[in-house]
Amino acid sequence: MLRIHCLRSVYSDLENCLVVTIMGAVAAELQSLGHLPNFFYLQHAMGLASSTGLGLALCMPEQTVIVFDGDGSLLMNLGSLSTMARYRPQKLVHVVFDNESLLSVGGFPTATSTGTDLEGIARAAGIPRVTTIRSVESFKAAVNEAMQGSELTTIIAKVEAKGPAAYVTDLSLLENRFQFRRHIQSLKTR
Amino acid sequence: MPVSAANSKLIYDALKECDIRLVSALPETWLVHLIRLTDEDPEMILVRLAKEEEAVGISAGAHFAGVKSAMLMQNHGFLASINGIVSFAHLYKIPLLMLISYRGSLGERDPWQTQGGNVTEPLLRALRIPYFFLDGWETVKKRIWQAQTLAESSLQPVALLLTRDLMWEE
Repeated sequence: MLRIHCLRSVYSDLENCLVVTIMGAVAAELQSLGHLPNFFYLQHAMGLASSTGLGLALCMPEQTVIVFDGDGSLLMNLGSLSTMARYRPQKLVHVVFDNESLLSVGGFPTATSTGTDLEGIARAAGIPRVTTIRSVESFKAAVNEAMQGSELTTIIAKVEAKGPAAYVTDLSLLENRFQFRRHIQSLKTR
Repeated sequence: MPVSAANSKLIYDALKECDIRLVSALPETWLVHLIRLTDEDPEMILVRLAKEEEAVGISAGAHFAGVKSAMLMQNHGFLASINGIVSFAHLYKIPLLMLISYRGSLGERDPWQTQGGNVTEPLLRALRIPYFFLDGWETVKKRIWQAQTLAESSLQPVALLLTRDLMWEE
């Protein structure tokens, strides 16, 4: 299963969500499908994408927030699972692309390649709904179910360690950040 | 416990007057009253953290949502947050109001706090984070308003160091 195929399968469902991604391949691949003003790419600060999604979800409880996380990033901030589980925003969907690798820095294997079980960790942290996905069809179904549901969900998507040819795009970090905030403020006045 | 309840209340009221509606915190002795006041206030969102760096992401999310937030942490929590501050708050120009209890400074009895006390101000300066002291009840309200105003206008982290003189009644 390729991450880009997973992203493509749910792309049309993301329009009315707030989307936060981690750096590297996830950000570049989502952008390659077409940037939208409701997408924020956290191009550094590994581990904090889930915290950012939590902050958004706590302040905007009616709004669906989806985080595209990764195994390397999540392993840097496992405590975030316990904080998310503690407050469990109903409309927060936490997707973890697990390629068992720190792909963008050369493909070094992460601990999920030697048996660390992110589904088990998320479950034990108290995330109410956790699932592991191995096909694009079930990925789309799981994301859609989580988006329509009313429980914090973590979806571990086991993907191949393959990424895009390039990671830098022509969208500057600050342009993305200001556009994202302006988009959210515009939602409030509608 | 000789943590000043009166001065904690002054700080809390000043945060509310600045429209702070989300507070993320990791407990430490000097912060107990502030965390309790936040927890008891239905108008405030309290996020109890596992590690202080999470607060950078949570405050960024709140900022995107248009909600003003504050971070309560010990100076050792500030040390644990530095990558988040640099590679999120500074990189993306996110305003942060950081209230940092200044442990390990003059009058500290706990040996384990003392190294953090030595490096707090040098690190704030190295990171070019504007900071000021909360050291007297008379100026609490003004300083918090000033710090919040600067964080919002400059879109960057601003720190207030909570001092022993303000927080501790010996």
